Amino acid sequence: MVRHKVVLHFPHEQVDKPIVSKLVRDYNLDFNILKASITPREEGLLVLEITGEEADYDRGMEYIRGCGVSVQPLSQDIRRNEERCTHCGACLAVCPTDALSADRTTMEVRFDDEECVACELCVKVCPPRAMEIHY
Amino acid sequence: MGKTIAEINERIKRGEAVVVTAEEVIGIVEEKGTAQAAREVDVVTTGTFGPMCSSGAFVNLGHAQPRMKIHRAWLNEVPVFCGIAAVDIYIGATEMAEHDPLNEVFPGEFRYGGGHLIEDLVAGKSVRLRATSYGTDCYPNRSWERDLTLADVKEAWLFNPRNAYQNYNVAVNLSDRVIYTYMGVLRPNLGNANYCSAGQLSPLLNDPLFRTIGIGTRIFLGGGVGYVVWHGTQHNTAVPRGPGGAPTRPAGTISVIGDLKGMNPRYLTGYSILGYGASLAVGIGIPIPVLDEEVIRAAAVRDEDLVAPVVDYSIDYPQGTGRVLGEVTYAQLKSGSIDLEGKEIPTAPLSSYSRAREIAETLKDWIARGRFLLGEPVELLPCEAREEGVV
Repeated sequence: MVRHKVVLHFPHEQVDKPIVSKLVRDYNLDFNILKASITPREEGLLVLEITGEEADYDRGMEYIRGCGVSVQPLSQDIRRNEERCTHCGACLAVCPTDALSADRTTMEVRFDDEECVACELCVKVCPPRAMEIHY
Repeated sequence: MGKTIAEINERIKRGEAVVVTAEEVIGIVEEKGTAQAAREVDVVTTGTFGPMCSSGAFVNLGHAQPRMKIHRAWLNEVPVFCGIAAVDIYIGATEMAEHDPLNEVFPGEFRYGGGHLIEDLVAGKSVRLRATSYGTDCYPNRSWERDLTLADVKEAWLFNPRNAYQNYNVAVNLSDRVIYTYMGVLRPNLGNANYCSAGQLSPLLNDPLFRTIGIGTRIFLGGGVGYVVWHGTQHNTAVPRGPGGAPTRPAGTISVIGDLKGMNPRYLTGYSILGYGASLAVGIGIPIPVLDEEVIRAAAVRDEDLVAPVVDYSIDYPQGTGRVLGEVTYAQLKSGSIDLEGKEIPTAPLSSYSRAREIAETLKDWIARGRFLLGEPVELLPCEAREEGVV
């Protein structure tokens, strides 16, 4: 079993087609929608946590890409600008998954992008604006 | 037998001074007792780094040709105060750039304000000046636009009316909706508790009765050197205190000044506070001369002994009711959760403890190398508990 968090970008001509549901039906994958949005120019963005057998996952992603949808691992998308982070800890109050947590000895704030579900709550809460979105 | 600041400065000049941070002094006093520790240690360094709204900078722009009496001015579209002399301005840390939506789309993001402008200047970035005037016989110029950097202006001083609050509220939210405060985002029904103090490292909590800090105390300010020039606004020392003399409520404050040209954006950082406004995070470190046992006993205070009040920011704070829901220690706050009304509430700081430690270490290094001497206060700051000998 593998579990991957991915960001899917749908071109506008694909937004109205049932692509993702096929992952369940034809590729035996489970998914959890972490975020979904359609921009004014009708490009779709979907952040999924996908669970299944590795071979199924690979075939499923191949199918998705074949539909003209780009697939990116989520961990690349919410990043911390290390230069700007002051380790204040304001983000700890809003992070739902403890992707942002404090080392209680140094009181530095750690960012674990594996745990991040890209809810983006930290992005606006961060006082020095160190949390950045790179979709 | 006490020491004087002059004696300590002689030891600093000879490279013999024993300098420790406010964290290190805790163990030294525990191990050796106050009497021996007071003999051995000369200086305790403290530090804090957090948003301090009551901050700003005086800048003398230098004269345009022809000369101009500036009536209104903007730097990077942030309005600056011009009601001083012809080309002196004051940048307020919380002033917002023109055309910011503020809270029209709630909660507003407040992306660029006076604090960001000060950070940009200190970082050496070019900023856009726009100024207008009504014209006089001696100052005929009516408009002026130019790009400038900190190096281009004649004088630039950080001058903060109120910094380094001695203790502060722990903010919670008793209501059933999310609120956006200067203490950060507070989730409903006691969903989280936010605090803002470096606790055992914080300057004014290590000299709770202002026995050493006064007008003329030389400090680490924004990465450079500054001075305490007065007590800060809202300075209030008539507050309840713990056994060691440290206030258990927000209490004293200081007003500070320093040359902006010697500062560093790492310790002077523009902050955007969701739904509230812009601010400036300021790094301050204050050296405490160990004059006697009393001074070192107070400086050895631990997070376990420092108490802060928990205040509801949905009704009690905005309405000014003065109600306090409970008291917690900084050790509890730093552990990641507190207990209140039988509920475990996660905590989050707004004050960076790791950067406070870095500041205390830097100041320690400056003093140990002999490149920073202690300022001799010309007058101590007002403090009822010291003056009346209550504690």
